[in-house]
Amino acid sequence: MTGAAVMSSLLAAEVPYWASTIIKLGVVALVIPTAALMLGYVFLMKMMSFMQSRLGPMEAGPYGTLQLLADGLKFLQKEDIFPAKADRTVFALAPLVVLVSTFLIYVVIPTGPDAVVAQLDVGIFYALAVSSLSVVGILMAGWASANKYALMGGLRAAGQLIAYELPLVLAVMGVVIQAGTLDLQKIVTAQAEGEIFGWGGIGNPFILTQFVGFFIFLVAVQAETTQPPFDMPVAESEIVGGYQVEYTGFRFLFFFMGEFGTAFAFAALAAVLFLGGWALPWGDLTHWGFNIAGPVILLVKVMAVSALIFWFRFTYPRLREDQLQRLAWKFLIPLSLVNIVVTGIFKVVL
Amino acid sequence: MTAVGADQRQQLAYVATQAADARLNVEIETEGMTLNIGPQHPATHGTLRLVARLDGEQVVEAEPIMGYMHRGYEKLAEVRTYPQVTTLINRIDWLGSFANEVPFILAAEKLMEVEAPPRAQWIRTVLFELSRIANITLFLGDMAVQLGALTPVFMAFRDREFVLNQIEAATGGRFHPNFDRIGGLKDDLPKGWIDDTKQVMEKMRDFCDEFEELVLGNEIFEARTRGIGIVPADVGLSYGLSGANIRASGVDWDLRRDGHEALAYDQVDWKVWTHPDGDSFARYWVRLQETREATHIVDQLLDGLPSGPIMAKVPRIIKVPAGEAYAATENPLGEMGYYVVSKGDLVPFRVKIRSASFSNISITPWLLKGVYVPDIITILASLYFILGDIDR
Repeated sequence: MTGAAVMSSLLAAEVPYWASTIIKLGVVALVIPTAALMLGYVFLMKMMSFMQSRLGPMEAGPYGTLQLLADGLKFLQKEDIFPAKADRTVFALAPLVVLVSTFLIYVVIPTGPDAVVAQLDVGIFYALAVSSLSVVGILMAGWASANKYALMGGLRAAGQLIAYELPLVLAVMGVVIQAGTLDLQKIVTAQAEGEIFGWGGIGNPFILTQFVGFFIFLVAVQAETTQPPFDMPVAESEIVGGYQVEYTGFRFLFFFMGEFGTAFAFAALAAVLFLGGWALPWGDLTHWGFNIAGPVILLVKVMAVSALIFWFRFTYPRLREDQLQRLAWKFLIPLSLVNIVVTGIFKVVL
Repeated sequence: MTAVGADQRQQLAYVATQAADARLNVEIETEGMTLNIGPQHPATHGTLRLVARLDGEQVVEAEPIMGYMHRGYEKLAEVRTYPQVTTLINRIDWLGSFANEVPFILAAEKLMEVEAPPRAQWIRTVLFELSRIANITLFLGDMAVQLGALTPVFMAFRDREFVLNQIEAATGGRFHPNFDRIGGLKDDLPKGWIDDTKQVMEKMRDFCDEFEELVLGNEIFEARTRGIGIVPADVGLSYGLSGANIRASGVDWDLRRDGHEALAYDQVDWKVWTHPDGDSFARYWVRLQETREATHIVDQLLDGLPSGPIMAKVPRIIKVPAGEAYAATENPLGEMGYYVVSKGDLVPFRVKIRSASFSNISITPWLLKGVYVPDIITILASLYFILGDIDR
């Protein structure tokens, strides 16, 4: 009996519905903190430090790897402070709403031919829809904190996220037109089995044809995750952390995990949409081995995209709110519309 | 006259509360938000408080409130002997400490009618320019971090350290040298210091080149600073702006060239930088050019350093003859002057400190009208104040 047979029998094994649900929940619940830790350590702590000619954390664990765990433990020990005039229920719920919205994106990200929590026919539509839920949580946090800085941060976030939802969706449209489906799994296979003008050597990762879409997607992601140069909702030097200003302890930790978890989720979406996801253009895509290799391949691509996202983050100063809106409405949205038209023409012609 | 009945009184009270409510509602609808920026706020680097009345994100009016860090140096100076006063005034503009000592010492020297020997004057000028570089490099990084770019401030701290090392090597103190004496300097320069300093100046020129590309060349930085916080030359002058703030408005005025103090600036070849725009970008640009110019000044001064004593003949116990004197120099933040009144005692009778930041931020109510909240930060950062220099 070969390993292949064992694996396929394991994967094909009928597990009761409740058991599979619990397993899937566990996997997704585990992925968010892991993703946040990984991005936080690799990019926030190390890459940023090296860009700024310093070492970053070096003491906790080998090469400082456990620093974020230590920080997380520290957050858990902190007092859970509610501001005197805060709306307590809303204040307590807001970080959860943000985290749940992040949580929900992970559900549809495929990591292998079978390794996906829920394969939806409208996967990408669903992912973009739930990702915009986080704005509700941020508005709740900004409003319930009873703090002027927090309120300004919440309102800025709302304006920003609504403005950038549109280029995000429109940037994805090009990919959807090319792949002919909204299903993330089928978008992956379409890229792996695709051809560029009849040559299928490396498949057809959509970044080659949709580079404009990829660019718009990255810019919009930067704004969605409120990272510099679009970090006005949290701008430390202006409104001192914005909607997070009154949060302490594990509620703050939730925001932190939400921020990095969302960055990871969007990087994964970008990898799936533009870089071919878990698949390689060679080999049989239905082979069981891709269930093991897929997550690794996807992780490599995610880290590459994240490196790009965080590189922007550590390099650029912050835009002003009106400049951000101008960029979205006067540049990104027209550009993405042009991109859709051109993609459509090519789709019909070729 | 009929007495007011109970019913009527009740009715009147009801009308009164209604009117009060209506007034309250009207106020809630039309009144903007009052935002306290500071005293604890990252953008005020210290304890400046800015009360801003906002309409949305637009500033209706803003008022700076200072005094949270007032340490009473003018009063304290009245109970300290002249050499002891320099310890205090080191801490006024703590980023360019040595530059604070110089005008006070010059004022005291005027009163005592002594003059420091040429070598002391030249070294004074060198250290003066080094503190300018140490001060302004931090501004160059800090302004970027106020605009949200995290990286430049670390580079600024990194390269500023080289300058601080040189100041420490010469004076023994990184931050508060307390090195200037009436009639000269405490010590001569250590061995090898001149060559090291020249190397550091080379590094600082690289730093300036790097920042010219990294920060000034950044499109977002330009978008955030161009046309923000424009100070017309006449308004700036009427508010008493000095230093790079007024030179960025096109006023060609620099006390190093136009002042009357006995420093060695007239011995070297240098240029006063001005910019016609008067906006935040211009202020940053002028400061960057001045830092580079300062490295050239230091290089030239070190090349032509005269030999000789570093201390004039001064009595051991310094008693300053009665009289009044004012000395002002072009400090990193702008004009800094000391008006010293002596009654012939060991201690000064009165010391009036004219610090640059105090005048520089007095323009903020005028400048902040109608700007957006993010621009408050840009303008405050580009005006560049040190809290110790405001409050003394």
